[in-house]
Amino acid sequence: MTAQTTSSPAPPHGAGEPDDALVIAGERFGSRLVMGTGGAPSLQVLEDALLASETEMTTVAMRRIDPAQTGSVLDVLRRHGIRVLPNTAGCFTAADAVLTARLAREALETNWVKLEVIADEHTLLPDPVELLEAAERLVDDGFVVLPYTNDDPVLAHRLEQVGCAAVMPLGAPIGSGLGIRNPHNIELIVERAGVPVVLDAGIGTASEAAQAMELGCSAVLLATAVTRAQRPAVMAQAMRDAVRAGRLARRAGRIPVRRYAQPSSPPV
Amino acid sequence: MRPMRVTVNGETREIDAGSSVAEVVALLTSAPSGVAVALNGEVVSRGAWERTPLASGDRVDVLTAVQGG
Repeated sequence: MTAQTTSSPAPPHGAGEPDDALVIAGERFGSRLVMGTGGAPSLQVLEDALLASETEMTTVAMRRIDPAQTGSVLDVLRRHGIRVLPNTAGCFTAADAVLTARLAREALETNWVKLEVIADEHTLLPDPVELLEAAERLVDDGFVVLPYTNDDPVLAHRLEQVGCAAVMPLGAPIGSGLGIRNPHNIELIVERAGVPVVLDAGIGTASEAAQAMELGCSAVLLATAVTRAQRPAVMAQAMRDAVRAGRLARRAGRIPVRRYAQPSSPPV
Repeated sequence: MRPMRVTVNGETREIDAGSSVAEVVALLTSAPSGVAVALNGEVVSRGAWERTPLASGDRVDVLTAVQGG
């Protein structure tokens, strides 16, 4: 499955060049792969994977402190200069998410937040009503809000309208590895968005990360596909290259899909 | 000092009456950063921990960043 948008002319620059930076809320990122940290069997495995991915921004969750815990994911991120993006994972209501975002801002000294408000433990799908309300309140409170949202173009647009700095539609449920179930909707979101679109959740393997970029997403956020792979650091490298390849292909402008063959050699 | 009961991260604890948020945090961690506190569902900024006394029945949550998402 590949993107079939052919109308926009190919921009002159490729991925990896200085002028192809990802820009969110005025901040520039050379890497278009945002990593999560959930699911890694150890901090060492996580660290190796993050380095292999060459990510510049990585999510963490906020939880009650465990006095017995040794070693911190924050130390890993600090050691490598990776920007920390706190999330509100585990929140079911706007009120919970707003409090968690404020606690994260206090603890981590960042006003950026990956906003997650889920509907239930079974699907982990976003609750659109609570999500939109939380987004609005956090934007009003001065946060840079990056909402994890359904692959719904209408909701994505509403989130942008209330001031979110990006929209992050899911490809499939968190941790499912089902890939991008509704590429058409992702294309619709991309076409309409005036802020970066980050494909968040559902990626299982490298081709799906490339597909997200081919569809026009500005970045990909993934965790499980890497942290629960048999060899996390190797998969991290694959994801890094897939995001770059997909970005290049998008910028190159793919050929139209044709029903019949077109000779690539001159007639005899 | 008379003890009083507060809830810290979901567990009931007996602490000295008049204890501050800072004293309760110190029971759990000595981390100089990366920690945030909610008192009865409202954030207490680090700079205010020392001068924020607890009352009997208060609910204190002490959070930090963990792997997730």
